[in-house]
Amino acid sequence: MTGQALLEVEGLRIDLSVNGRRYPAVQDVSFSIRRGETFGLVGESGCGKSITALALIGLLRNPLSIGGGSIRFHGQELLDLSPGGMRKLRGSRISMIFQEPMTALNPLSPVGRQIAEMFVLHKGANWREAERQAVEALARVRVPAPERRVKDYPHQLSGGMRQRVMIAMALACGPDLLLADEPTTALDVTVQAEILDLIQELSAAQGTAVLMISHDLGLIANMCQNVGVMYAGRLIEQRAADSIFLTPRHPYTQGLVASLPLLGARSKFGRKKLKEIEGVVPPVVAFPPGCRFNPRCHAATDLCRAEDPVVTPLPESGLVRCHYHD
Amino acid sequence: MKIRANLLIGGFLLATVVIAGTLAPWLAHTDPVMDADLLYAEEPPGAAFWFGTDAQGRDIYSRVLYGARISLTVGIISQLINTVIGVCLGVSAGYWGGWWDDFVSGLTNMMLAIPSLIFALAIMAILNPGLTSLLIALGLTNWSFTCRLARASTLSLKSQGYVQAAKVLGYSDVRIMLTQLLPNMLGPIIVIGTLGMGGAVLAEAALSFLGLGIRPPFPSWGSMLSDARDQITTAPWISIFPGLAIFVTVLGLNLLGDGLRDILDPQSRSRRA
Repeated sequence: MTGQALLEVEGLRIDLSVNGRRYPAVQDVSFSIRRGETFGLVGESGCGKSITALALIGLLRNPLSIGGGSIRFHGQELLDLSPGGMRKLRGSRISMIFQEPMTALNPLSPVGRQIAEMFVLHKGANWREAERQAVEALARVRVPAPERRVKDYPHQLSGGMRQRVMIAMALACGPDLLLADEPTTALDVTVQAEILDLIQELSAAQGTAVLMISHDLGLIANMCQNVGVMYAGRLIEQRAADSIFLTPRHPYTQGLVASLPLLGARSKFGRKKLKEIEGVVPPVVAFPPGCRFNPRCHAATDLCRAEDPVVTPLPESGLVRCHYHD
Repeated sequence: MKIRANLLIGGFLLATVVIAGTLAPWLAHTDPVMDADLLYAEEPPGAAFWFGTDAQGRDIYSRVLYGARISLTVGIISQLINTVIGVCLGVSAGYWGGWWDDFVSGLTNMMLAIPSLIFALAIMAILNPGLTSLLIALGLTNWSFTCRLARASTLSLKSQGYVQAAKVLGYSDVRIMLTQLLPNMLGPIIVIGTLGMGGAVLAEAALSFLGLGIRPPFPSWGSMLSDARDQITTAPWISIFPGLAIFVTVLGLNLLGDGLRDILDPQSRSRRA
């Protein structure tokens, strides 16, 4: 373990208000990210990954709100920060890239200008200087002929190119933390790999920590040092990436790992169906009593149905939230 | 892109009026106010007086030219005021929502419920007649459509990825409105603005006709029409020419607005294609 914690999230709770009642959409989420580390957050749709990221960047909107906990960035409590103070952090110290590169750029503005605006906004550069830096930023994300590309409008670029531009914007001011919310989901597989390499390489060069959010276990396994698995608004297992996929402890993680398609498995073992975890994530307003995974768990007992498991440290390092983790 | 007939005709009509207004001192035969000559009162159109003369013997051709200045000034400036008010209120209401949105929407609905000409009449009755009061009266009473349009566009643009991305990258609210929202709704705003200009020209004529706009003897098409009421059967040219001028200007602006809509509004473009 090297380096100190850059981001510490403790007991984060995000409330969803429905008809005046508040339901915890995210609860008891605690994790920390060191400088330069890549931390993966995995889970099905609707488990609270993306709203956790939005909470970190201070952009939760009605009907969602922070219900408690703490988010410390460089030791500073973000939840106490004024909206203006939070805005200064966004884009300069904490940045984010999204799933849809097709719509994430202003269609009426040349991409160079959009990148340049980051330098004007956060570094106080003048436009001339900023436009020059935009060319360099485009070159860094390996866009060919950047000095010509800066004049292009988003519709003239492919999805992969646009995501590169987004990355250039997000990393323009050398942030300490990059939130990547499914950055490659909308892209071709071959382009995916290039974009992931790029994120990894640039963040390593700048010492930027990355919070990688994905439902793609394979991607997370490749990129991240530590992984948190979320289910129904809770972290249910949190461990080093290499061990979590070899020896998953939580039945949900086991299910996720088992449902990974294996290339060539079919030819080797004959016709075999992909494994699935039956059922769906329960809606926020109707979490089951006891362990939230119990209705879908193959090993659920009466204890699971009655009592909520607590977070337990594992002997080999890591945390799990299950009554029967061993 | 194919240039459409309405754009071409509208542009031509409007350009004629703009040129007539700008070059009025050189094109006019006489001074529109001072050169009254009762010896030549109510002369029909002819070689000396192209559009004839009015009851005071003033050259109607010259007065119509100078009238274009008033109409265009009022049309353009009052509509600019309307557009600025409407866009500011609409965008901020759509973007921030909450009580501000409720307030602005309520105000807009109220403005839409009051006939704007009546409202302008009331303002003119309080202020003294004249160009400045005309601009204020017409500039404050016709922003509701622009406001509604700006608010609706903001609501639909707000959820766009690039607006979200701008927020995440630390843009301030005002910066988002100026760089992300406004440019992307400019097309329809320009269309509404152009069409509104025609309305403002008509409103100016109506107010001046009622004696609450430009004061005689200064030539405004509306006040010229008003003066010509008594001679409409004996000397119809006194009312025909200013009336034609209003018609040409408003038609030009409306055609131009329609033409711009065809170009700028993707929905109507795909409908026609």
